Amino acid sequence: MLTVEIGRGFGGRFVPETLIPALDELVEAWAEARADPGFHAELAHLGRAYAGRPTPLFRAERLAPGRRLYLKREDLLHTGAHKLNNALGQGLLARRLGKDRVVAETGAGQHGVAVAAVCALLGLECVVYMGEEDVRRQHPNVERMGLLGAEVRSVTHGTRTLREAVSEAIRDWIGRVRDTHYLIGSCVGPEPYPDVVATLQEAIGREARDQVLAAEGRLPDAVVACVGGGSNAIGLFRAFLEDPGVRLVGVEAEGAASLSRGRPAVLHGARSYALADAEGQILDAHSVSAGLDYPGVGPEHARLRESGRVEYLTASDEDALGAFRLLSRTEGIIPALEPAHAIARALEVDADLVVVGLSGRGDKDLGTVLG
Amino acid sequence: MSRLAIYLMASRELPVLAEVAVEAGADLVEVGFPHSDPLADGPVIRRAAERALAEGMGVGACLEVLAEARRRVHVPLVPMTYSAVLEAYGPDRFAEDARGAGASSVIVADLPSDAMHGLSRIHLVAPTTPTARIRLAAERTDGWLYLVSVTGTTGARSESPPLLPSLVRRAREVTRVPLLAGFGIGTPAQAAAAAGVADGVVVGSRAIEAVEEGGDEGLRALVAALRDALDAAPEMSVSGGGASRASPI
Repeated sequence: MLTVEIGRGFGGRFVPETLIPALDELVEAWAEARADPGFHAELAHLGRAYAGRPTPLFRAERLAPGRRLYLKREDLLHTGAHKLNNALGQGLLARRLGKDRVVAETGAGQHGVAVAAVCALLGLECVVYMGEEDVRRQHPNVERMGLLGAEVRSVTHGTRTLREAVSEAIRDWIGRVRDTHYLIGSCVGPEPYPDVVATLQEAIGREARDQVLAAEGRLPDAVVACVGGGSNAIGLFRAFLEDPGVRLVGVEAEGAASLSRGRPAVLHGARSYALADAEGQILDAHSVSAGLDYPGVGPEHARLRESGRVEYLTASDEDALGAFRLLSRTEGIIPALEPAHAIARALEVDADLVVVGLSGRGDKDLGTVLG
Repeated sequence: MSRLAIYLMASRELPVLAEVAVEAGADLVEVGFPHSDPLADGPVIRRAAERALAEGMGVGACLEVLAEARRRVHVPLVPMTYSAVLEAYGPDRFAEDARGAGASSVIVADLPSDAMHGLSRIHLVAPTTPTARIRLAAERTDGWLYLVSVTGTTGARSESPPLLPSLVRRAREVTRVPLLAGFGIGTPAQAAAAAGVADGVVVGSRAIEAVEEGGDEGLRALVAALRDALDAAPEMSVSGGGASRASPI
């Protein structure tokens, strides 16, 4: 009996039968890779030499005077965001699967750029689906993907954002499943994707935990990260789940708050929380940040919400824009709009020692912020 | 005689369109209960679903038009929908209310064969499906098996599905339930070719386009042409034969 069914549990595989063998194949390849020291060695080498791991943990003294607030600097990773951790790992998996074509979706463009870079590095064909609205507001990343050799396909129907880009990437995969790996960018989608992505992002939390212990001699009081699909947050949180003294806080965009304002529903192959109406139809999300502009969230976050281990708050567009400007002026760090949501709430958390996931840099958002 | 199933999106016009399709030779009508994010569907059915939702075709309204169609035609009417819609309405309640409205079974496009054992439905198998899973689907399916003829989403293609004959052959090795082939079948020639191996065909995107382009008469012309092509097609070459004749369709 399956543990996740309609109306029960979070995760599962709600996809056309066509995809089931590819998901089974991925389960097998993932298990083999995890048991293979060669896979770990190659991933660690690329993490160090190509991506720039470990990323620093930086104390933001002028941002949060009188408190000890640390930023986990995934914005310093190659290609500008935590997305590369997952893209590298899945790129190696695609090669193990013998698939020479990769398809991906992107919202803000950070995942698309990471996938395009990895495909260039590994010699894989790369197609990235991106909503027309996001092509417009994240144009520098569209140009980067082109330079890296990827084909960007604009999705011109529906919401013309990340939600439709995911659907089109899945439809592409259904049509080319024999030679194509779907390199999903967040901890969403049918099993085993949510766990694959979360595991590949665990480096964030593993490093942050060691770094804060080295700097402060103790664990943080709180760990805060933004949540769209939720991959940077789950990568950071997993290292602290067994530390009951560490408060874990996920921050959703107010207009895309699947966990805070949604309900259990099936979206993009998994049962999780989603913005949906009483008939199960998915509703539009709205956020100034393209990366959080998504009506769903990874099923592991749904479980963590239900168990109460993680609390989920929201931040408005204005909150995020304010934090974006504040961090820029006080620390000389221009964050992406996505983690700016986490910074806005982290500044209000009643805790002395706080770690915030700074998941990406803000170059891509200058057009949005400066208009 | 090969079976002809026609897919129509639920709408206020469904009862009339179903009647037209049956008059022109359809043996079964699939009725799309729309979902906002239909992963298995190509552009034609996706757009039809968007229109239906904009017109307020929630499950309640879909059941109303299905019941009205039931009063007009005497072939099986099969709702086709997605897991999200089923969950929101409640699977048991859906099955009961659909039956009450005159539906025969249900198809859930994103629910694999190992899920929701308790829900009696028509299962789908694809060219990628291993034979063991075809066996599982055939054991669980409600009356007939839906063969997804192409590795892809719904929508007419220019060529006949090249993977269909081998899929039919593999299915025939493990089951004697009727096999209807859909996805990528739109023209009379494609229907005839598919009927040469399977027990019948499902035509969806092309039927919706026929309504878009020519209304009732457009649909009537398409279904009649499909019917003629199926009736003229040679007998099935790899199907199990007699047993399938006693099927519910």
